[in-house]
Amino acid sequence: MTTTTPLAPKAGRLPGGRRRFTAARPAAGFVAAALVLFAVAPLALSDFRLGLLAKYLCTAIVAVGICLAWGRGGLLTLGQGVFFGLGGYAMAMHLKIADAGPGHVPDFMQLYGTATELPWWWRPFANPVFAIAATVLLPMAVAAILGSFIFRRRVKGAYFAILSQALAAAFAIWLVGQQATTGGTNGLTDIQGFFGYDLNDPVNQRMVYFVIAAVLLLLIALARQLMHSRYGELLVAVRDSEERVRFLGYDPANVKLVAYVVAAGMAGLAGALFVPAVGIISPALVGIVPSIELVIGAAVGGRASLTGAVLGAIGVAWARTALSEEFPAAWTYFQGLLFIVALAFLPGGLASLAAIVKRRRRNQGLSGDTA
Amino acid sequence: MAAGAGALAAMVALSACGAKTDAGGTSDKAAKADVSGDTVKVGLLNSLSGTMAISEVTVRDSLKLAIDEINASGGVLGKQIKPISEDGASDWPTFAEKASKLIREDRVAATFGCWTSASRKAVKPVFEKNKSLLFYPVQYEGLEQSPYIFYTGATTNQQIVPGLDYLKSQGRKRIYLVGSDYVFPRTANKEIRAYAKANGMTVLGEDYAPLGSTEFSTIANKVKASKADAVFNTLNGDSNVAFFKEYKSAGLTAKGMPVVSVSIAEEEVKSIGAQYLAGQLTAWNYYQTTPGAANTRFVKAYKAKYGQDKPTSDPMEAAYTSVYLWKAMVEKAKSFDPEKVKAASDGITFDAPEGKVTVDGATQHIYKTARIGRIGSDGLIKQVWDSGKPIKPDPYLKGYDWASGLS
Repeated sequence: MTTTTPLAPKAGRLPGGRRRFTAARPAAGFVAAALVLFAVAPLALSDFRLGLLAKYLCTAIVAVGICLAWGRGGLLTLGQGVFFGLGGYAMAMHLKIADAGPGHVPDFMQLYGTATELPWWWRPFANPVFAIAATVLLPMAVAAILGSFIFRRRVKGAYFAILSQALAAAFAIWLVGQQATTGGTNGLTDIQGFFGYDLNDPVNQRMVYFVIAAVLLLLIALARQLMHSRYGELLVAVRDSEERVRFLGYDPANVKLVAYVVAAGMAGLAGALFVPAVGIISPALVGIVPSIELVIGAAVGGRASLTGAVLGAIGVAWARTALSEEFPAAWTYFQGLLFIVALAFLPGGLASLAAIVKRRRRNQGLSGDTA
Repeated sequence: MAAGAGALAAMVALSACGAKTDAGGTSDKAAKADVSGDTVKVGLLNSLSGTMAISEVTVRDSLKLAIDEINASGGVLGKQIKPISEDGASDWPTFAEKASKLIREDRVAATFGCWTSASRKAVKPVFEKNKSLLFYPVQYEGLEQSPYIFYTGATTNQQIVPGLDYLKSQGRKRIYLVGSDYVFPRTANKEIRAYAKANGMTVLGEDYAPLGSTEFSTIANKVKASKADAVFNTLNGDSNVAFFKEYKSAGLTAKGMPVVSVSIAEEEVKSIGAQYLAGQLTAWNYYQTTPGAANTRFVKAYKAKYGQDKPTSDPMEAAYTSVYLWKAMVEKAKSFDPEKVKAASDGITFDAPEGKVTVDGATQHIYKTARIGRIGSDGLIKQVWDSGKPIKPDPYLKGYDWASGLS
């Protein structure tokens, strides 16, 4: 789909060469990916497996954002669960209201609360347009406010990662505490319909899968455009040497903020699509551990390469399912081992494998020539 | 490119005609269990990793014991039971995924498992959607009655209400509530407050700690300062270890301010340490020490299979019982079909280790005897009071006036 170099293109590369490289190969990769997602997978997989793939694709959407913010921007976003959660809850709130029907409150509110009418902050979500817009704009707004504080104060590196983690923990704890209005630890479950379509129907589940696959492809294309634009170059420059960029007259805070906000929007959209695909959103999906898991997929695949990050996210999620089905009692050890091996021996992720092999070959070829 | 676009258009066209929510009737979409051949598959859905593993693995072991026993005595309707174990990983969406896998890929006839209410809430729509049966073996907060779940653990009126009745009868009317921050404790405490109000008891405080939290010095000090007569404890898992240590170092004793716990069974006593718990009270429906030939047999068989040092506990007993109840329902229905099994369920009895239990077809809960126990220094729990006879399940507490505002 895009470049396979482990780290982002450096400014020193020849413009002509890069254009040729970026025009033909990604287009072919894109068509191949579309064929797999829209033709091969639906025909080869059972409804259940296709549903799982839909879930993996949601984590891949988050990985697209992580690739941009972390891989290109150097922002270790260890709190993407928050934005995923905001998008997911915004969508689930609308679907729960729609399920309950006009004049009724969602089932869990009757059980755990005393409310006979919707709390004020739930009410706008009854409107489908508001809810859909909120799934993307709400995470982006939160990221924008947060990011402008963080980046202006020049908080970076480990401090930024810790801050993101703290935010994820705080959000999860808050959700659990508000049982009457957020469903507490249970989260929002038992979602029946999706904008009038019955989610119990496998045909509609398939439709949800197609929507998710289309959104993923679209966002990959968008991210790719962004990475190869002037802004993309600037982002890499900020990652590699923030001070120099500042001396050149740019404000690194703004550059980072854009990547952070775009990544948050993507995570929010992923969360929103996760809800109809899986039928649940809960604090277990927004806290520290899920936030780390989202990053791990991108890390294993290769954080700076879109292909690597997306395939890594899908691969890690798939491995989790496959290993736990095969070894229900011991799979966590295998999964841990997989991460350690991948990160210890391939710090650039699996996407760097091809480049390493290529370099080895060339070196061998060179030594053969001189001998 | 053209082929891709063509395929895309075809797939989208194919999928654009799903049922609307108001169309109704998706009964033909239910996944049919595979009962051809001489075996019948059942699903075991428990957390084998994560924070809940310590408790849920014992339930899985107990389920396997029941299945082995049934297979040794000829199986169900002449078929051997083949268990398929899946790991819920203490993670609610994973529970939903695995439930779906068991029903739709393995096509099991029934599934046994889940522990936390959150995991049950996550799988409930999956079982309802696919019209497949879940047997849930753990005490819970009530206020639920899914047509595709059989609840073989206690509901509120078989555990918490008797626990409160016991405290009241002992003259301990000023209570303090401590719980983990999740659905069961929060809902249980809401019910306890309603009970207290109607029965002249006072709730002096209500505190929650996040699941897995081990910081209890503040809560222990607040409990001490409240000078309550008793503590009602709905903490789950590891948190109990920390809570009871702080409780002890705050100078509180089982004699002065007893703690009634509803999530501490023999297995947990072992991991917390009996020295911290001796003399404290628990509310359950079964203890390893419960008398009766059925229990002697169960304890002996369990220890023979898994080790002499392994205790048996209430959720394990409820899990073991649930397999036998399913077998009896299937045999009465002469079919593995969930609808027929449900129709046959009313009045099914089993001589369980806890005593005779009866299925209440209307609520799909079972009649259970409530038992208050005192933890001994040997780690076993001795019964100090029981309800005399099995209590009819009342998940929505309809028989209690004070509970009318709860749901």
